[in-house]
Amino acid sequence: MVAINSEELGKRIAEVFTGSVVSADKEMLVVDSVHLFQVATYLKETPGLDFDYLTVVTAADYMEYFEMIYRMVSLKQNHSLILKTRLYSRDNPTVASLTPLWRAAYYQEREIFDLFGIKFEGHPDLRRLLLWEGFNGHPLRRDYL
Amino acid sequence: MEIIRPEVSTPQEADIAEGQLINSFISQCTSPIPDPDKWLEEDLKRNILLTTVDTALAWARQRSIFPLMFGLACCAFEMIGMAASRFDAARFGLDIFRWSPRQADLMIVAGTVTWKMAPAVRMVYDQMPEPKWVIAMGACTISGGTFRESYSVCPGINRIVPVDVYVPGCPPRPESLLYGITRLHAKIIKGTIDNPSLSLK
Ligand code: SF4
Repeated sequence: MVAINSEELGKRIAEVFTGSVVSADKEMLVVDSVHLFQVATYLKETPGLDFDYLTVVTAADYMEYFEMIYRMVSLKQNHSLILKTRLYSRDNPTVASLTPLWRAAYYQEREIFDLFGIKFEGHPDLRRLLLWEGFNGHPLRRDYL
Repeated sequence: MEIIRPEVSTPQEADIAEGQLINSFISQCTSPIPDPDKWLEEDLKRNILLTTVDTALAWARQRSIFPLMFGLACCAFEMIGMAASRFDAARFGLDIFRWSPRQADLMIVAGTVTWKMAPAVRMVYDQMPEPKWVIAMGACTISGGTFRESYSVCPGINRIVPVDVYVPGCPPRPESLLYGITRLHAKIIKGTIDNPSLSLK
């Protein structure tokens, strides 16, 4: 498995979706949260990219913003990519759900919703996964407690 | 404590009902239940009449404990190790691990008990027939262990069920668990009308 050159890929995506790429270097591609779903669809469906397998969805809290991290792999082309997006709202962070594209995102997005309180638009069944209904707060946020 | 199984139809309703159950459970379980040594005596005085029969019964019970599998985290592997051939718990009459609480009389709670699991622990305890005993195995079940301050972990199962023997360690070796079981044997023998001072020598 080789990491795809995300710098070049970033240039390519910036041409297709104007204003969608925040930054692109050798390690990762950071896109605007508004364009996330379009970019993900493009990555999945473009011949030659064929990202058919989403391995990890996770999130991180940097206080100024939440970062959504996606790691995807193409089994056909044998390459991988790290895609990120940033959410600047603390009270109501919202991002498009990638479950319609990759079923693998289903439980991980539910977990992130549970522990970070990030809402996924278009998720078929957004409920808490690990904690119980009625639990107060989102424990993986830095300002919890 | 009564556990009500709610009638629900959708997953959302089930989640909400479960959440209410857990929240009410947490608010009820704020202080530890005193260990059976403190209150069992009264019960026994009321129920047991004949000392000699009682001794025979205790002897029989002591040598045929059916433990219940309750492995919740890493400690479970030491419990399994204890039951397997190397440590051979069958020497102590601890022969068959039961999967049904109705056939068991010793619950070995091995592993971290989260609040989400707590109602299930209590329910299984309630389903066990009398006489029943509980061993709290490992730091997590005794006091919450490393996760004591955590938002989701029950700080000590003696808030949920009365505990007879505490086996400390993280995890306790199978030998320690066997030692805990021999202590429980002593307790079964002594913990009767025959010998009102329940202290273990
Ligand atoms: S006491 Fe230690 S070994 Fe046992 S469940 Fe807790 S963390 Fe795991």
